[in-house]
Order: sequence, then C-alpha cells, then structure tokens
Amino acid sequence: MDLPIQEQVVYEHPVALLDVSTHYCPGCTHGVAHRLVAEVIDEMNLQSKTIGVASVGCSGFIYNYFDVDFVVAAHGRAPAMATGIKRCLPDRFVFTYQGDGDLASIGMAEIVHAATRGENISVIFMNNANYGMTGGQMAPTTLPGQKTTSSQTGRDVEQQGFPIRVSEMLAKLDGASYVVRRSLHDPKNIRQAKKAIRIAFETQLRGLGFSMVELLSVCPTNWNLTPVDSMKWLEDHMVPYYPLGDYKVHPAVAEMRI
Amino acid sequence: MARQLMKGNEAVAEAAVRAGLHAYFGYPITPQTELLEYLSRRMPELGRAFVQAESEVAAINMVYGAACTGSRVMTSSSSPGFSLMMEGVSYMAATEIPVVMINVMRGGPGLGNISPSQADYNQSVHGGGHGDYRQIVLTPGSVQESVDLTVLAFDLAEKYRINTVILSDGSIGQMMEPCELPEMQPLRGVSTEPWAITATMGQREHRMLSSIYLKVSDEEKTNIRILNRWRQIEANEVRFKEYYLDDADFAIIGFGSAGRVALTAVRQARAEGIKVGLLRPITVAPFPVQQVAELSKRVQGILVTEMNGGQMLDDVLRIVKGNCPVEFFARLGGVVPFPDEILSEIHRIAKGPLSVDVDPRSAWLDRMAAIVN
Repeated sequence: MDLPIQEQVVYEHPVALLDVSTHYCPGCTHGVAHRLVAEVIDEMNLQSKTIGVASVGCSGFIYNYFDVDFVVAAHGRAPAMATGIKRCLPDRFVFTYQGDGDLASIGMAEIVHAATRGENISVIFMNNANYGMTGGQMAPTTLPGQKTTSSQTGRDVEQQGFPIRVSEMLAKLDGASYVVRRSLHDPKNIRQAKKAIRIAFETQLRGLGFSMVELLSVCPTNWNLTPVDSMKWLEDHMVPYYPLGDYKVHPAVAEMRI
Repeated sequence: MARQLMKGNEAVAEAAVRAGLHAYFGYPITPQTELLEYLSRRMPELGRAFVQAESEVAAINMVYGAACTGSRVMTSSSSPGFSLMMEGVSYMAATEIPVVMINVMRGGPGLGNISPSQADYNQSVHGGGHGDYRQIVLTPGSVQESVDLTVLAFDLAEKYRINTVILSDGSIGQMMEPCELPEMQPLRGVSTEPWAITATMGQREHRMLSSIYLKVSDEEKTNIRILNRWRQIEANEVRFKEYYLDDADFAIIGFGSAGRVALTAVRQARAEGIKVGLLRPITVAPFPVQQVAELSKRVQGILVTEMNGGQMLDDVLRIVKGNCPVEFFARLGGVVPFPDEILSEIHRIAKGPLSVDVDPRSAWLDRMAAIVN
C-alpha cells in the first residue's frame, strides 16, 4: 500500500544568492543578513531589476555573493552613489548595504541627506559596534566602556563621546519613510528582521521614499567572543542601548498590506 | 542657428543639455554657481535629473553612481570644491567610466578668493586624486570655445571611458559673449554599453563596477591598461591653436584666459613689427608635446604665460630641454594680467639677451618684486 507522500520545501538556497562560500568569519551575522536580503529579493521577484551598492568594510565584497548588478562605493558614499543610480534609472530597485563605520561615521552626511531628500532607495545598515574590516577599532556605535583596539581601556565618553543611535536620528527627518531597528541574535528576531526588509523594499517599489533597516549584528572575532557568547553579548548589551523598534513608519507605509 | 549673447557658465550648462546630459549633480560655489542654477531649472523642465548635493564629496559620488549606469553625467565646481571631489575623481578613473567635470578656477590655495585663476593646472593635469591615472583636460579661451569643448568632452569621455575635465576660470565663466549653441541631441535610453550597470533585466549575467583590485597583479594590469589608453589619447587627441607662428622669432605659450590675453599682446607686438607668435594649447592633457618641441628648435626664445606660479612652465621646460631660452611671466592669486604687461615682456625678450641658463621662475619672481611690493 502506497502511503500518500506530501513534500514541502522548508529550505532552499535563495536564487539571488550565489552558491559560493563567503569570506566572513565564523559566527558573523553578515551571512544571515545576506540571506534575508536575497530571500526578500526572490519573494518580490526583484532580482532582474536590482542594483546593489556595496560599501567599504567587511561587506565590501557583497557583490561576490549576489546574482545581481553591483557597484562598490567609496567609504561612506553609498547613499550618494545610490542616488546617482536611482535618479538615472528610477524604475530599478536600488539598495545599499553599509556597516556602522561606513554609514554612521565617514558617511554620516550622505545618509542624512539621502534620508532628508526622501531618496527612493533602501538601506541595510549593519551595526556591530566596531570597525570589523580593519580589525576592531572603535566605531561611532561602540558602547560606552566597550573595549576595542582603539579604545583599549574601554570607550571613555568624556574623551570619545557617546554612541550614535542612527535610527532614532534619521527618524526625525521628514524625508525618511521607513526607519526601523531589528536584531539578528535569535530566530525570532531574524524573522522580524526579514519582515522589516520586505517592508523597506516595498516602500521603495511603491515610490514612498527613503527606507532603512538597522540590523544589530555580532562580530565574534573582534569582540573576542565565541559566536554563541557574542549573540548573548548583543542581547545583553546592545539591545538595551539600541532598543529594537519602529522609529519612523510613514502613514502610507503603515497602510501597505503585504 | 542664431548666435546669442550668453554668460560662460550658462552657455556651458545649455551646451551640456543639448549634448544629451542625463543627470547633473553639484554644489554651489562662486564663480561657478550660475551653471548649477541654470541646470536647476532647465533639467527638471526636460524631465532630467538634477540634484543639489549636500557637498562636493556627495556630488562627485552621485556622479560616480550615475556614470556607472552609462548615462551622460556632469558636475561642476570651482577650485576648493574641486579639491573635495578628488576622492571621486580617483575612484572614477580606476573604474574607467566616462565623466565630465567643469572646474571654473578661482584664486587659491585655500579659500583664496573668487577671481579668475589657473592654479589648478597641476591638480587636473598631474594628479589630484591618489593613484596612477590620467584624465583629459580641455582649456577654453572664450564662451564659444567653452560650448564647443563641452560637447567634445562628452564624446571624448565616452570614447575612452575616461574622466574629462574642462579647466575654465572665473573670467570665462562670468563673461558674456555671443555664441552659437549646438543642436539639441535626443536623450539616449538605458545604456547598452557592455560595462554599464543597468540591472540584468533577465537578459544577461550580472555585472559589477568597482575600483578595487585586491590582487596586485590585477591592479598592475589595470594601471598599465590606463597608461596604454593614455598613449592612444596622446596620439589622437592633442588639440591646440597657433597664431602668427609661421615666421615667428619668439613664441608665447599660454592656455585659456592667459592665452587669450597673450593674443592681444601678440597682435600689438606684430603691429610694432616684432615677429612673435602664440601657441595656445586647447588640451593641456594630452599636452601638445610635439608642437612645443618643434617650436623650441626654430624660435629664439619662448615666453610661457600663465595665471599660476608656473605649473605649465615645468611641462614646457621638460619638453624644450634647453633647445632655446624659456622665459616666464604670470599674474596669480586671482590677478589677471593686462595685455600691456605681456607686451612689455615681449619687448624685453625681443631686446634680449636671453640665456638657457636662467631659471625662468626665479627670474620672474625677482622682476615681480618690483610689481607687487
């Protein structure tokens, strides 16, 4: 007697993501974020019209992992470069993928003005509280007291100032339509992050303006923690300083039904 | 088409529009601002892209992105703003994409002033941004020439996938002259260039444009490719104008505004019977090397005149190699020379004696002591 066979695909490689090994360290959340972006591109059938803008930092080689057109910006200038592309090809889907050193330090002017212009682009902002690529220096997002290779006794806010909460700051700008912070430290939060990326991309597709998803991320290598411990460190230290939530949802975005 | 009276900056802007400018990104700075202002109304009127960026750094990186799509793009600025653009200039040169940039030069260094100058010659001709790259540099001497070179700049930039700079100055940008504008070219659709980043549209493999070559052998190949392309440009694209050189005993070499002022002085000297001529480079990169070399073998002396401290002078000296004496005269820091001043220099040189052993810059500085003190 044949038993009825029901097959359901529960896991497959996203089409937009190339089947190659990445250069990321073990336990790094760039891989998770890449996968989420690729899954959303697949679900929205965006692959053929997508142009990505890579930044300078660990994710500078993102173009090796996605089966979409890419350019690589100078440090911090990805939102400016994306602006140039989007203004020339307004019907293409344009996103930047930037780290916290890139976006919140050297590229602060570019991100603020892209947001305030309501530039119709989407930004994936990876916040791991340090400069990963150059070996773990203090970033604008490094927590007070956090030890890095350039704040070796811990970030001293009297000398080095305070971390910047980018999402809260950009949310104040009228041009920003969708600005939220999510985290990648456990499955529940990863699912919520994916949903936010979907909304951000839909925001652009519907011409509703600037969207950004900040993703709290880990850097086990430079934090000197195991992958598991770094997830815990993120949850215990970063989430309290960088509360998860929706900081700006334009009414037109809130009305979207996906 | 009828000639019309136009300001240099606005004429360049309209010429770019007619040459099929798809997108403009810029930032206000005197004495270039009319160009940006003109395009702020003209581009949206035609449904084209105009963005007033938050800085020159952002503007040039917007240009970088737009140029990667294969669209005709342009920016404009003046000296201090152009310095800020050097990051993007280097990245674009490394990415090998066509871009047109206008530098309406002003007095410097630093904040300087808003008067005409030619002090950014070295920045555009001999570098500016980091790394080994070359770019085409065109130097207009009138509003009409600014118009013509703007159209040419787009063609050259695309032909060689290279940065192309129009090195103008505050006097050319601000003066009004009659000019004839080109016919309106139709705006091209999405680029079909085999390198352009336009999204795959399901029609081709994905592409990438960047300035990064982590493998040093790839970077070396890229550097050599850029240099070999430059050799082609040197062979094909040298442009200059000659005036009264056929029977000249003495030659003046000057570009842009300085060349224009020198021409007036040359005409006055000719009226006095002095056999002097003028070589006015239109491309200072590629430089008219052969023309200067040949000239140096048949004249008794060369006077280099610029509105800087002798930046082109060094190039001329390298080419002349002691074939004939080289003299130098400049006003700088925003001061424009009068034809009379250059005429006096012609008198001095015609009278002699001249020597190849004199350091022209040093001798000029000694003479300047009497003028500026």
